[in-house]
Amino acid sequence: MILVTVGYQMAFDRLVDAVDQWAAEHPDAEMFAQIGPSELRPKNMPFTAFMEPVEFTRRVEECSVLVAHAGMGSILTALQYGKPILVMPRHAAKGETRNDHQIATAQRLGERPGIEVAVDEREIAEKLDRLSNLSAPPKISNVASPELVTRLQRFIAGTD
Amino acid sequence: MTASTSTERTARSPKVLAIASGGGHWVQLMRLRPAFADAAVTFVTVRPSYQSDVPGEDFRVIPDATRWNKFKLLLMAAKIFWIVATVRPDVVVSTGAAPGYFAIRFGKWFRARTCWIDSIANAEELSLSGQQIRPHASLVLTQWPHVAEASGVEFAGGVL
Repeated sequence: MILVTVGYQMAFDRLVDAVDQWAAEHPDAEMFAQIGPSELRPKNMPFTAFMEPVEFTRRVEECSVLVAHAGMGSILTALQYGKPILVMPRHAAKGETRNDHQIATAQRLGERPGIEVAVDEREIAEKLDRLSNLSAPPKISNVASPELVTRLQRFIAGTD
Repeated sequence: MTASTSTERTARSPKVLAIASGGGHWVQLMRLRPAFADAAVTFVTVRPSYQSDVPGEDFRVIPDATRWNKFKLLLMAAKIFWIVATVRPDVVVSTGAAPGYFAIRFGKWFRARTCWIDSIANAEELSLSGQQIRPHASLVLTQWPHVAEASGVEFAGGVL
């Protein structure tokens, strides 16, 4: 199962459309897409606008790979469940987000195992073809680094 | 005497207001939960369904808004003011974005110590909200060493 997600805040039709076109050529691929507040009606994969956290978590557990915007919610969730993730950053100039921070996020985190970056919709199709080569990342714990937790504990206790 | 000892202990455990908007901001806040172990925490966010992430905890919902919708932003600010004024936290912790900005501004009026943890999504420079809250927050942390170096803000590990 390939799980597509664009977060809940804004649509990301450029990604959803590219994946939908790929799905048309791969009728055997099992897909599910969460497309956000969008007018788009994908023709080749089941989809929903939003998912509650419980359903999202269940679908992440069930999927073999995620295809997502380069949002931290999607990326952190994929890593927490040890699932490989293919991300495409949103572009501010195309009205997909307010600024281009996802480009930097994708660049920095794309170096980590299990995170693959497609810069645009052409690359998405190419990388979808090679999804099976994506190896699962090591599952990360569900807590922040010990350094950050300790720093914050000291701040809260007023001992810093 | 036992009763009074336990009352004293309760009185000493700090009240923390942990606040974030949706998506990645909330996921990052959840990864900081071990730091709140010794505190009485009130969680504040924008989606009622996130309650399933913090069962049994004090959980409040505020209207969702970004800096681009001034009216909704005003409603959000009013609700946050009410929560801060009634909870009277000793410490405010936020992973962004707009809700954290307001909670830290209002928290400071009530003499809370305040901590802004800039989202890991801001891998290039401190977020706009982070830059705006910087003069007001007791502690600002970035999750990227190179952003710390360029901005002069502290780095103490990250949520990853």
